[in-house]
Amino acid sequence: MSGDHVSSVISARVRRVEDLLEGRGLLDAGEIDRRIDEFAAGGSPANGARVVARAWVDPGFASRLLADANTALGELGLSMSGGLQEQRLKVVANSAAEHHVVVCTLCSCYPIALLGPSPSWYKSEAYRSRVVRDPRGVLREFGVELPAETQISVWDASAESRYMVLPRRPEGTGALSEAELAGLVTRKGLIGTALV
Amino acid sequence: MSRINDVGGMAGFPPIAEEPDEPRFHADWEAHVFALNGALIRRGVYNLDEFRDAQERLPVQRYLAASYYERWFAAITTLLVEKGIATAAELEAPDDHAH
Repeated sequence: MSGDHVSSVISARVRRVEDLLEGRGLLDAGEIDRRIDEFAAGGSPANGARVVARAWVDPGFASRLLADANTALGELGLSMSGGLQEQRLKVVANSAAEHHVVVCTLCSCYPIALLGPSPSWYKSEAYRSRVVRDPRGVLREFGVELPAETQISVWDASAESRYMVLPRRPEGTGALSEAELAGLVTRKGLIGTALV
Repeated sequence: MSRINDVGGMAGFPPIAEEPDEPRFHADWEAHVFALNGALIRRGVYNLDEFRDAQERLPVQRYLAASYYERWFAAITTLLVEKGIATAAELEAPDDHAH
């Protein structure tokens, strides 16, 4: 059975469920398309990158962010309440002594508002099972080689609590604007599986 | 007792595979499943914890064989049946038995 065939069977089943729910008044016509469009226009790693760049240029904001991320996000017009309920956000800052990495071992919890949809590898059993047992080895597979003396902390997200990494500001970026700094920050940098 | 989703620290999974330039969804039906779940939760047909639970209690072999959004769809249909909104037979596509 080809992948395309599996896909067409499940497509037909999904359509059937949508039709049935529409018929029973549990779904409005056009509601699904509207939600897909809203999602496409929603969270993006550019939001997390803006938060990081502001923290790099404004030490006061950085302290507020690390102390109470949910409140500090409001200063940039962002929030963690885009979903069905507000999620608690904790931002963890990398340093020479400590590197942070985020996972959800139970499923795929992730700050979508700040990072956009999560990549498949983040949701894979391979990542979820291994990064808590051998974070240094997993980071090496992602091309991140940390000095032996750098401690690695792994944060396991849950339905109510989400995490984002504040990467270290790269050397030699003193002359860059806040927007240029934001351009350096990647989704993997915000998860902790890449340096910036 | 832990369920199959509780994989933290478990040995035996393959290396992590990254997909360059990964799209938001790999097929239209995945986007539909995503949106359908949001619509049903917002309508109060079930809540987020029930949705997670319905995935986590899938038969182990089915959980491991399913893709991410196949698990979502399995959880949605399980809950629609359990909540009495539809019967399992109604949720099967007409040509399901042809294969």
